Amino acid sequence: MKASWVAEEEKSKVLKMSGADMLMEGLEKEGVDVLFGYPGGAVLPIYDALYKKNIKHILTRHEQGAIHAAQGFARVTGKPGVVIATSGPGATNLVTGIADAMIDSLPLVIFTGQVATSVIGTDAFQEADIVGITMPITKHNYQVRKVEELPGIIKEAFHVAQTGRPGPVLVDIPKDISTSIGSYKPSNEVDLPGYQPTTMPNLLQVKRLADAIAQAKKPVILAGAGVLFAKAEEEILALAEQHRIPVTNTLLGLGSFPSDHPLFLGMAGMHGTYTANTALHECDLLIGIGARFDDRLTGNLAHFAKKATVAHIDIDPAEIGKNVETLIPIVGCAKHTVAALLRESTTSGDTAEWVYQLAELKNSYPLWYKNEGEVLKPQRLLEIIHEETKGEAIVTTDVGQHQMWTAQYYGFSKPNRWVTSGGLGTMGFGFPAAIGAKIGRPELPVVAITGDGGFQMTLQELSVLQEMKLPVIIVIVNNQSLGMVRQWQEIFYEERYSESLLPVQPDFVKLAAAYGIEAASVTTEEDARSKFAEALDSKAPFLLDCRVASDENVYPMIAPGKGIHQMIGVKP
Amino acid sequence: MRRIITATVLNRSGVLNRLTGLMTKRQFNIESITVGHSDDPSISKITIVVQVEDDRKLEQLLKQLHKQIDVLKVKDLTEMALVARELALIKVMTTPDTRSEIKVIIEPFRASIIDVSLENVTIEVTGDNDKVEAIIELLRPYGIKEISRTGLTAMPRGTQKTVYNLNQFSII
Ligand SMILES: Cc1ncc(C[n+]2csc(CCOP(=O)(O)OP(=O)(O)O)c2C)c(N)n1
Ligand SMILES: [Mg+2]
Repeated sequence: MKASWVAEEEKSKVLKMSGADMLMEGLEKEGVDVLFGYPGGAVLPIYDALYKKNIKHILTRHEQGAIHAAQGFARVTGKPGVVIATSGPGATNLVTGIADAMIDSLPLVIFTGQVATSVIGTDAFQEADIVGITMPITKHNYQVRKVEELPGIIKEAFHVAQTGRPGPVLVDIPKDISTSIGSYKPSNEVDLPGYQPTTMPNLLQVKRLADAIAQAKKPVILAGAGVLFAKAEEEILALAEQHRIPVTNTLLGLGSFPSDHPLFLGMAGMHGTYTANTALHECDLLIGIGARFDDRLTGNLAHFAKKATVAHIDIDPAEIGKNVETLIPIVGCAKHTVAALLRESTTSGDTAEWVYQLAELKNSYPLWYKNEGEVLKPQRLLEIIHEETKGEAIVTTDVGQHQMWTAQYYGFSKPNRWVTSGGLGTMGFGFPAAIGAKIGRPELPVVAITGDGGFQMTLQELSVLQEMKLPVIIVIVNNQSLGMVRQWQEIFYEERYSESLLPVQPDFVKLAAAYGIEAASVTTEEDARSKFAEALDSKAPFLLDCRVASDENVYPMIAPGKGIHQMIGVKP
Repeated sequence: MRRIITATVLNRSGVLNRLTGLMTKRQFNIESITVGHSDDPSISKITIVVQVEDDRKLEQLLKQLHKQIDVLKVKDLTEMALVARELALIKVMTTPDTRSEIKVIIEPFRASIIDVSLENVTIEVTGDNDKVEAIIELLRPYGIKEISRTGLTAMPRGTQKTVYNLNQFSII
């Protein structure tokens, strides 16, 4: 009697709702307050469910804009960026952003519509096998087969995206799953026996590293984006200061160590500083933390850290030993691992001479350019932007010369204010990423530094900027060329500028005006300073078309195939 | 070097695709791959025979397989005492004269004839790679019409001669 009464009570507690409503419930449970997306046939039920909800949705003007915005949001907030797109072309328009997020480890949860279950596999209208297409460029992906699975899959997707090494997770939802009604059982736990990221380090290995530190005379720390994901900046600073270990950053690791710190060597790699690269070449102990030793960092592996004992701290075991032979492998989250290391390592090595030597190098061979002539130098432009924002802004970039100049000259000292496409090198990334960054951190000034080439790949998002009145400052570093390509053709292809010059351009100031956005053209240093200050003060969207020297190159540089000690264009 | 690797995986849709896809992407050469579910139908066992260049590449492969969300366990069985078997179906041309000869040839292999027609017989054989290769070579002179091989499936033996260090890569 009693038992059946309880069962009856249980039954009445089971809510019935549509898949689309379950998705909304799931998003709310995950604390999602902003979505980036674009509607279409297969997601109509989802957009209809959204209509009743109080979740902000940013309607970009292209799905690629939506996913790059979500990436910018994720990079500055540490929270997953959430994207919705329709089936077929909507989903395939996301592919570049998914690949970008995968290689740069950004947490995203992407919901794509799919044609109805009954017609999957029949080449139905707007059908694309997005699960198959994105299998190698997602951390994991799903296609929902039964409406009741949805709450569990959503829970899993958010869990996988933001734990361990973060990454994009895609959930493909057939239209009939969105409309069909099922019993809603909220999912509170994930059960993934095959996914148990190691966050706490093996203490034996930590001890070995502590011993190596005590022995080392020429140690160097290479801090990558993993430090930022783990929020381990303070631990790294403590480690460096306690043992007097110089620090360099990967491109994506910028901001994890104060750029004005005496132990900071600047960025390493292809366009890194001479000092940082020399340190990587000469060191006797290399401590890589949350960095994956990609080829743009290492140059020719035959010359990379050959004199060093390599220790590698990473949350992804597959990164350890992948490119560089590693004597001290430590799987763990950077924060816990370095904290443990600080407890273990009480003895410092004698690094005084090494620190002095590197400081001398830093003095003698700083980043340099010739600031001469009438024409504005791009490097000077970046210095001015640093000064005007006091180095406090969130800065996003596209890909090319302006990206490298920004990395070299902006001078990042705070974490999570640097948003760039590092691993994939995606032109068109910078401007939409700035929109997402501004939405994520509205209290900070946001500057999108783009190339005249890359800006034209995603400029349609000017509509969003104007619609939302987002005070993002767009700085076009206009060298009237695909500068980075032009540079390589100048240096390695005897100045045969094949398809890399852009003499015909829109009038970017008028273009902005057409969208109702204020803009100005900048040709001199004084212009740059006054117009940038005006843009900052305006607290409104602003575009600056900065006419910079078109023949300037990014130096110093490691030529392809060369070792990290073979830089060209170092200050004489 | 040739390695025999098993992966215990959740039997979710696309899981085989994930593993072969990642191996293609990272330039690993798959010699054979077999799949079947274990005693628990929600869990499958995949046996992969693969050529790798060196220990570093092998370590990378094991880690990449392990990294997949649906993969529960990855084991390199190559150095273990193991039983490894594949099944082959071999269709051989016959004449009335050769049929009995063939019977004699296959007998020591414990192979059997499972289909007969006027011009050919189909032989079933189970064993490790060497055994299957050997029988194929012996039958080749008679004219082989068709071969179908399953690829290797494998398991460590119940008793191992030496204590095998499962943690040969301490960091997985
Ligand atoms: C989508 C995409 N296509 C092509 C490239 C190759 N590429 C790298 S840098 C570059 C030139 C970029 O020109 P611009 O945006 O004007 O920046 P600049 O180098 O001039 O600062 C190109 C074409 C790329 N990185 N991304
Ligand atoms: Mg350009």
